[in-house]
Order: sequence, then C-alpha cells, then structure tokens
Amino acid sequence: MQRKKECVAMLLAGGQGSRLYALTTNIAKPAVAFGAKYRIIDFPLSNCVNSGIDTVGVLTQYQPLILNEYIGNGQPWDLDRTYGGVHILSPYQAKTRSSWYEGTANAIYQNLNFMKMYNPEYVLILSGDHIYKMDYAAMLKAHKETGADCTIAAIDVPLSEASRFGILNTNPDGSIYQFEEKPKQPKSTLASMGIYIFKAEKLFAYLEADDLNPNSSKDFGKDVLPAMLNAGEKMYSYRFDGYWKDVGTIASLWEANMDLLGEDPEFDVGDKTWKIHSRNPLAPPEHIGKQGVVKNSMIALGCEINGLVENSILGSNVCIEEGAIVKDSVVLANSVIHAGATVSYSIIDENVTVGERAVVGVEKNPDAEIVVLGRGISVANDVKVLNGQNHENDIKA
Amino acid sequence: MASAIGVIFANLHEEHVPELVRRRTMASIPFGGRYRVIDFILSNMVNSGITTVGLMTSNNYRSLIDHLGSGKDWDLARKDGGIILLPPFSEKHDKMYTTRLEALSSITGFLNRRKEKYVVLTDSDGVAKLDIFDIISYHEKKNADVTMVTHYGEVEKRSDFMLVNADENGRVTEMKLAPHVKPGTKEHVSINVMVINRQFLLNLVEDSVTHGFTSFESDILIKQLDSLKIYRYDFKGYYAGIDSLKAYYKHNMELLEKNIRDELFGDRDIYTKVRDSAPSKYGETAMVVNSLISDGCVIEGVVENSILFRGVKVGKGAIVKNSIVMQDNIIGANTSLDCVITDKNVVISDKKTLGGCSMLPYYIPKGTRL
Repeated sequence: MQRKKECVAMLLAGGQGSRLYALTTNIAKPAVAFGAKYRIIDFPLSNCVNSGIDTVGVLTQYQPLILNEYIGNGQPWDLDRTYGGVHILSPYQAKTRSSWYEGTANAIYQNLNFMKMYNPEYVLILSGDHIYKMDYAAMLKAHKETGADCTIAAIDVPLSEASRFGILNTNPDGSIYQFEEKPKQPKSTLASMGIYIFKAEKLFAYLEADDLNPNSSKDFGKDVLPAMLNAGEKMYSYRFDGYWKDVGTIASLWEANMDLLGEDPEFDVGDKTWKIHSRNPLAPPEHIGKQGVVKNSMIALGCEINGLVENSILGSNVCIEEGAIVKDSVVLANSVIHAGATVSYSIIDENVTVGERAVVGVEKNPDAEIVVLGRGISVANDVKVLNGQNHENDIKA
Repeated sequence: MASAIGVIFANLHEEHVPELVRRRTMASIPFGGRYRVIDFILSNMVNSGITTVGLMTSNNYRSLIDHLGSGKDWDLARKDGGIILLPPFSEKHDKMYTTRLEALSSITGFLNRRKEKYVVLTDSDGVAKLDIFDIISYHEKKNADVTMVTHYGEVEKRSDFMLVNADENGRVTEMKLAPHVKPGTKEHVSINVMVINRQFLLNLVEDSVTHGFTSFESDILIKQLDSLKIYRYDFKGYYAGIDSLKAYYKHNMELLEKNIRDELFGDRDIYTKVRDSAPSKYGETAMVVNSLISDGCVIEGVVENSILFRGVKVGKGAIVKNSIVMQDNIIGANTSLDCVITDKNVVISDKKTLGGCSMLPYYIPKGTRL
C-alpha cells in the first residue's frame, strides 16, 4: 500500500547554544530544562502532536546523549507510532561523503531520504530553542489557502531588537517581497520565528540546488529563503500573536521561567486545551516542611522544602534545607541547597550542591547579573559566589 | 529473575471501606497524593523483576482499567506477559465467584499457560514497600509450598484478619481466621500476600473443586497445616493496612513523616499513571506547612498537615487542615476544611466550613458539588 503523510516536521536540535554557557557544556540546547519539569524540546514536540503532526525528525549533532535519552521512543508525546512518530536523525557516513551538519539547510538536505520515505506534500521546519504554544495546523491551513511555496511564521518584535532577527518585509496581503537576515537598519519589525512550511517538492529542489552552490553557507535564512525569493517563488508570512520567547541567553531563559509565575502568567503551562507533554520524573508529591515557606513559585514533584522559596522555579527532587533561602532563582532537578545557604538571582543546574551558609548571587537589582552554576558542581560551605559568575567546576572554600 | 508471576485480587476486602469503593475497586483507591493502591503493588513486583501480572477483578473495575491503560507506565506493556486483566469469566450455569478459591479456579487457564515457577498472590488492601525478590528467596530457601507474609503489629478491631503463628524456623504452626483478640494486642497478622508454587497451586485448586471447597484459607491452608509446608515471612517495614476509613486517613497522614516517606519512596521508584500535569503553582498568598502537594495544583490559600492530590485548586483565604483532598478538587475562597476527606472532582464553593475529627474524618463523595 502506498502510504503518505501530508506534513512531516523536521526539528533542528543540533545547536550548541553557547550563550547559555555552563548550562550547555554537556547537553544540547533543546534539552535544557525549563519550567520545573520540562525541557525546551517539549514545546515544539507538544505543538506538533497537538497540531496533528505525528511524524517528526529531530536533527541532533551537539552533545546528543541527554537529548536522545530524553526523547527515547517518543512515547511521552504519543510519538511512538507504527508509521511515523519521532526519529532521531544524527549525521551519518555515506559512500561519497561523510560530514557533520554544516548549516540548517545542509542538515535538512542530508535527511532528504527520511522525508521522502513519507512522501509528504508539506514539510514543516522547526527549531528547538523557543518557548511557545502554536497551532501548526492553522499555519498549514493558511499556507494552503495562499498557495504559497513557502510560509514563514513571523512575530512583531520591538524595533530595538529587530536587528537580531531575520526580518520580513511584506505586502498588505502578507506576501514577502524582501527578506533581510539581521539587518542593521530594519525596515519592519516583523521577525521570522524560524518556523517554515514548504511545499515539499520545492524544498527538495532548492536544497539540492543549494548543496551544489559552492558559495552557499547552507543556511535557511542566509541562503535558501533568499534564493527562493529571488527566483520569484510565492512566499508568505504567517502572523503569530501569542507568547514566543527565544531562550538562547541566560537572561532570556531566566525571564521565560519567571513568565510562568503569577496569577495570570504571561505563559501558562497548565493550559488544559494545549497540554505540554514531557517525560515525567518518577517522584512522590513534593513535601513542604514545618519550616518551609513557598511564595509565588512553581515546584516540581519530589522536592523537600524546609527553607524559604520565593519567586522561583524548582525542578524535581530539589531539597531546600532549614534556614536556606532561594529567591528569584531557577534550581534544576536533584540539586540540594544546604541549611542556611542563600541563593538569589541565579540559575542552578541539575545535581548541584550548595554548601551550608554559602551565598550564591546577589539580591536582584537593576545592576545585578545572573549567577550560573553548571551541572553537578558543588559549592563548599560558607563560600560566596559573586554577582554574574558562571561556574563549571566545583567551588572550594 | 522472572521466576514468578503476580496475581492481584483487586476487589477483596471492599466491605471495610464502603465509601471509598462505591465507584472503584480496592486496588484503585487513591493513596499518597498521586498514587493508587495498586501502584505500590505493581511497583513492588516490577522492582523485583516480575513482568507478568494477572489482575483479578469482579466488579467496579472501570476506574482500574482506565488507570492501568496498556500497563506502559509500570513498564508492563510486554509482548510476553505484562498486565493481564482477568475479569469474571463464567459459563452459562456458573455463578459469579465470590471467594478467592473460586476466583483462582476461574484462572487455571492463565496459570497453566505460564512457565514461571512461582505465583505471588496479593490482595489490594494495603500499602508497603515489599521486596518480593527477597520473599521468593526465603520461600526457596525453606523449600516451602506456601509462604505467607505477615506484619507484626497492634490488632485493631475488625473481623476477618488472619493470625499466623510460627515456630522458630518460620514454619507456620497455627492460623486463625477472625480470632477473638483484644484490640491493641500485638500479633503476627497476614497482610494477604503469599508466594506459592504455581504447579502446586494448580493442584490445590483442582483438588478443592473436586471436594467442593470454597475457602482457600479455611478449607485448604488451615485444614492441611500439618501436611503442607507453610512458612511465615515477617515483613518488618512500614505497612499501611486499609481496613477502615479511619485507617485510610491515618496512613495517608503518616506520609507527612519523613522516615515513612523515605521508606516508601526512597531507593526504588513507585510507578503510576502519567497525566502530564504542570508543576504545582504557589501564589503570593499561599501558606503551605507540613503537607504533600502533587502536580497540577494551584494554591493561593493555607494548607496545613494535608495531602493534596493532582490538580487541586485552593482559593484565596481558604484553609485546608488535616485533610486529604483528592484529584481535581476545587476548594473555594475563604472555605475551611479540617479533618475532611474529599473524593475526586469535588467542588466546594466559597465561604463553607466543613470538619470532622481524626477518629472520624468527614468524607465527601466523588463529584459532590457544595
């Protein structure tokens, strides 16, 4: 039987995320923890499933172990399908050449055969470094209605930030007449979200042409999209008005975590109409002890809290001992903050130990900078870790 | 290991907690914030290497089936074995089984098809962290026909427990069903978990059908105490027997003690159905003291000495004390609860005051709107 999938998603998850410093020393950016129990990749994967897309290729390259382990057979996202489902696509050896993924377009090009297995009409390209809820089915519908060869999801950004993005200059009907990658003088504030839907045969043709072009940097934003536009292909923007956050920097990752807090949060992960699926920790309910105080915070399962936690996000099985104070911080799974320690305005990775009476970070203020403690390190008793520091190794007394 | 299969009786002992089993089985009674009783039983088995579990159900088992799904969350979705539901199977002129023995005689096909040497029979009236691997090793070492697991503790007033006395080698010398014992005396009481050789069990069941026996305990074990090699395995850990609403309340509350939590949840995982709830949120006005909070809760009021199951909302100014609040409850603003057990999906509107006492907690049935 000839089988096909209308739309196949390709998720670019190979990025290093070097601006996350110690947080991505051992793991790829899409596997970075977010929102107490999630990892960044849960968001695009959940969006796919909630949009009815059940075939997803995840392209990995940088430090893939934790990411691959996390995705596993895809069951937590209902992506363990007999036909389709989630597939990890890593760089491979071939008869004529063997190379790493050299750019976003090259990564997709190297997996043409994966996409062709499903004989899709459309291909959705996603990246694994944003926090958002988006109905890709609605975008696909718009793509079909305009009859576009390529549709680019776009969001309005402040003019001051526009030069960080690929900017789309559009006609009133949404069609794109110009595409500028990180322009110094942006003409509009409509930024590409790195989410593209292509007619499959167009995508395949342009990727093949791009591969033969020795001058190409093999990047969607810099090469493939401009080439399509120059050739007069129909390209449309698709406006997205919801919450969308690039969590590529320490500051933006911290902010996005804080956006989950409050009575009416900027971003609601508890939204029952758009469930965020994830691989769940096996842990009992959290216990708030007799000395525990928790205010305006999000706490994952298995935590034991006997200190003060305020304006913070705690991953699973975090232990906050008596007299410890955690404020304006993100503390990831299995970390222990020992008695009397103070953690302020910090991101503390998994399996970190902060010693008794140690002081990490400074009280949040406009000049303060976030402290980052990398995976598995320990901070000795009574040590002070100063404003804005970034540690990958144990901090001794 | 896989030298044993499990057989779980999901419905036995329901007469002790009629409130909790009105619309569910013993096995699916919610316990400890995000679990059901069967999660502890299945986790004990899986953690001891058992991968085939037959589940005997006679009625009210819809919630149990819904909870278990394919068995995936317990790693029991298997090609060979896994969770095998054994609902009543009766021929035209048979009547429904009512006893353990009748139930066992209805699953001889299942027992025959398996190859494992032992069967672990367990009821669903208690929560404990049992090392079943260790119990089977004991059973093998004693070369026993049957090994009964007991717990030494104070006997509370109830009718149908089994007292098990043994000699210094552990060989059972006396078994008494429903004995008259002064409440408060300490005894070795069966926790309704036993290991038995599969082939031996099949022979016993066949025999008893011929003889018209009906009770596994009285007609077989007690009568043949001398000829059978029955041994007692003393379980020394924490045991939460659910034999009354009061006991249910007490044992849930005991989870607020760290040593008990550490024992039940410590070094081995307890598996349960995954619901993909968001992590719990604590608001500016939240005040939570000595409580267990499951995922998906949103807390804006006071919670003290209580257990909140998944997806509970506690409104501003609400005070929840000494209570067990089950899944998806909504506790309205300025409402106060003290010593209350609210079953699933209860909604209590604003400014209500409800209370019981720890000896007689006030129970609010599933789905109540107040």
